[in-house]
Amino acid sequence: MRLTPLKNLDSELARFHGRLKAGAAFVALLATILLGRAFYLQVVQHEHYIERAESNRISLVPTAPNRGLILDRNGRILAENYSAYTLEITRAKTADLETTLSELGELIEITPGQVRRFRRLLSESHEFETVPLKSKLTDEEVAILAANRYRLPGVEVKARLFRNYQAGPGMAHVVGFIGRINDRDLERLREQNIEGNYRGSAYIGKTGLEQSYEALLHGRTGFDQMETDASGRAVRMLSRIPPVPGKDLRLHLDAELQAVAEQAFGDFLGGLVALDPNTGGVLALVSKPGFDPNLFVDGIDPETWKSLNESPDRPMVNRALRGVYPPGSTIKPLMALAGLELGLRKPTDSIVDPGHFSLPNSRHQFRDWKRGGHGVVDLRRSISQSCDTYYYKLAVDMGIDRMHDYLAQFGLGEKTGIDLDGESAGLLPSRDWKQRRFKQPWYPGETVIAGIGQGYHLTTPLQLATAAAMLANGGKRIEPRLVQAMREPLAQDWQPLPGVVRGQVAITPKHLEAVREGMMDVMRPGGTAARSAAGAPYAIAGKTGTAQVVGIKQGAKYDASRLAREHRDHALFIAYAPAENPTIVVAVMVENGGSGSGTAAPIARAVFDYYLTGKRPGGLPLETENAAD
Amino acid sequence: MPRTSHWIVRRLSHLDIILLLLVLALLGISLAAVASASGQSPARMTGHLINIGLALAVMVVIANVPPHLLSKVGLPLYVVGVVLLIAVALFGEVRNGSRRWLDLGFMAFQPSELLKLALPLMLAWYFQRNEAALRARHFLVGGVLLLVPFLLILRQPDLGTALMIGASGFYLLFFAGLPWKVILGGGILGAASLPVIWGLLHDYQQRRVLTLLDPSADPLGAGYHIIQSTIAIGSGGLFGKGWMQGTQTQLDFIPERTTDFIFAVFGEEFGYVGAIFLVGLYLAIVARGLVIAARAPTPFGRLMAATLSLNLFTYVFVNMGMVSGILPVVGVPLPLMSYGGTALITLLLGMGIVMSVATHRQLNKT
Repeated sequence: MRLTPLKNLDSELARFHGRLKAGAAFVALLATILLGRAFYLQVVQHEHYIERAESNRISLVPTAPNRGLILDRNGRILAENYSAYTLEITRAKTADLETTLSELGELIEITPGQVRRFRRLLSESHEFETVPLKSKLTDEEVAILAANRYRLPGVEVKARLFRNYQAGPGMAHVVGFIGRINDRDLERLREQNIEGNYRGSAYIGKTGLEQSYEALLHGRTGFDQMETDASGRAVRMLSRIPPVPGKDLRLHLDAELQAVAEQAFGDFLGGLVALDPNTGGVLALVSKPGFDPNLFVDGIDPETWKSLNESPDRPMVNRALRGVYPPGSTIKPLMALAGLELGLRKPTDSIVDPGHFSLPNSRHQFRDWKRGGHGVVDLRRSISQSCDTYYYKLAVDMGIDRMHDYLAQFGLGEKTGIDLDGESAGLLPSRDWKQRRFKQPWYPGETVIAGIGQGYHLTTPLQLATAAAMLANGGKRIEPRLVQAMREPLAQDWQPLPGVVRGQVAITPKHLEAVREGMMDVMRPGGTAARSAAGAPYAIAGKTGTAQVVGIKQGAKYDASRLAREHRDHALFIAYAPAENPTIVVAVMVENGGSGSGTAAPIARAVFDYYLTGKRPGGLPLETENAAD
Repeated sequence: MPRTSHWIVRRLSHLDIILLLLVLALLGISLAAVASASGQSPARMTGHLINIGLALAVMVVIANVPPHLLSKVGLPLYVVGVVLLIAVALFGEVRNGSRRWLDLGFMAFQPSELLKLALPLMLAWYFQRNEAALRARHFLVGGVLLLVPFLLILRQPDLGTALMIGASGFYLLFFAGLPWKVILGGGILGAASLPVIWGLLHDYQQRRVLTLLDPSADPLGAGYHIIQSTIAIGSGGLFGKGWMQGTQTQLDFIPERTTDFIFAVFGEEFGYVGAIFLVGLYLAIVARGLVIAARAPTPFGRLMAATLSLNLFTYVFVNMGMVSGILPVVGVPLPLMSYGGTALITLLLGMGIVMSVATHRQLNKT
């Protein structure tokens, strides 16, 4: 370091001035850097930052549309909306969830069930999602919560639209219910690329019509363009796209008729489908037992869910759509028609029924339900007496493949296409099917029992109803429809939603006539279900059936009284009325009902009575004893 | 009456009119910016006006004290400051993880604030005393005088303040004639020891630097301040969104916007043109300060005027650099703009010293 004592004031000053210039240059450099940076931000990158400032300040607040109503054919409301306050919690915003819950518990009443349900919903949602703890708050509770809001971060009281199903448990399988949107729903919405429309929605249709007509019922979400501050509080509204409410739906279904049908079941479980054979409109669709759909709307608590799900009565299963049972003797009118149309039988051809049937070179006896047989049986009698032997022979003559192909035309083994999700296709057996399914050949004995609707055959009550409708309407195959029309909310005029005709089976009128006569004989004195038609001011055509639950040994006798109820046969009945000009078709399945004529046919009669004459069921006792079938 | 007014005129005659106008212009802009940033909060505005009045009064008083008297307070002030810093290290109150505050019973006090002026005063006094025979050892002593408070503040820890005080000391040594060789050598040595320094930094200090390099890595945490202030400045564009019209400002997106981040408010509402004008005002103050330094008759006056001018712009640079995202977030207010009494008084006290130097030339010569 070279430093000389300062002697010359001028040179000292000159050096200082030099340093001042250096200092000035340094400052100029710093200023250039600052203004360069400002230039970059404010001029070069201005567009980028103005965009970010805008997205900072503007937020789109979705407004959920009102869900469409569901009305029955007479305008009775089956599903409606109401507004109520709910207590909701956002976990991420709470200081400590447990403390918050216990503090809330001190302020208002919160049941353990509500807490359990809350925890279940919480476990299914993200940390930033708002989860309801208690809904339908009273005014007093709202006031208490509002007063204590400041010390409960993450707790909100929100006005929400709720769904109310006032038609009761009987309608649950038709209308279904909505529930909170879960991850699976969200994924599906994403796949369909419509999750944006659900930005403001907490609920989505989960089952029934609520699910299958979700697209119409939901409506279009609106958006409020809000200016928000850094904490997300809305400062003012900039613009607004109003939501478009969902469409109202009007059903073919008659809620009164549905109630009558349900009531007619008494204590029995089972399924019933009533159709308008001309339009395919579903007039009633019963699955007993039902359940209270309102339990699900706001998230069901785990206990209740468990009890519903594990109940041996399986109330959550829609028996009308998903319950598959052997059709039993209800298949006989179709078999008879097949025999006529395929040229295997003439209406007048008759057999002598000894009460059993054996295949050539076999000692195995296929027995008729009537010991000793029916004697001389032609086609009409084969239906009215439900003669098994007649159909054993016919089935063998027809062969399983022709049987399959003919019955397939009536929709057996195929989904009907009803406007509800989850229906079963049933099973229409064939040689091909057995090879595919079991890698086994078809045995001739299997053809024999297939002729009376036993063996591999499986049908749903809905399939039986659509097949019976084809007998009633002369072969027109229509898809069953629950919804007949929709409208803009509160608008006057309904836009009809036309049904779908899948095709027309050409049936020789003479042949159809013979089968229909047989079915009418069923209801006439001497027929298997004559008692169920007694006193009716209109003619009914029907066919009883029984679906075996447990196999009966060769030589043993089926005795319902000796069997536990759950081992009794399922009772089946298909019918239409008025027989000459049918306006309603009914298929009934009574689980463990014993016999079709005893339990199933009286239920159909109650439905016909109400639909055709307006008469409510009164003194029509349900017979449970083993009647003729 | 005439005597009183005469007295007032004499007191005011010690103000440098150019500096005064520049300072008043900045304070006026500050009032507008704080009004906008605080949402015209009456409490904030009243507080700000009181601070400004107080600080201007301090400036007037100091401007009337002749430089030779000012030079005499350097040593005692420095000694008191260092003693207090040691007291802080021993008994200081811990706030936000660092030991900076001294509880005096009636008020909490940061002794490091005192050193901002005490260190330059001390050094200027020291170099003036040894003016006749300046040797290497004088710079060594100067270096030690600088390092003692620097290290004490550094270990509080308060890196920002330590660097700002270190810079003021360095400027003084620089203007006193610290050889270029030493400056360059020190610079190279400093650069070489950066990795070592990095290792010595506290976690939160390292995080601040890392946040600067990539603010988006922690958008809701430490990066939030920088992201929001750069959005504010950038969205201001060429002419700004207009006074009270900045959305980032008015909708609470800018944190600390009346204090350290006031430039984000100004940049958003007055744009690039406003920024140029603001930087121009600061440059004018620096230029005026350097002119005063060049004309000052005594080494003390020269060194103080030059050092304080450069120091002011250093604050400007560090603050604006931080707010616009090129320097780490350190708690440095924008001179004459940010809300806050202590910093404003310290600054105008410094301006008072510069004015004293400017207006006591003739007096000193006689």
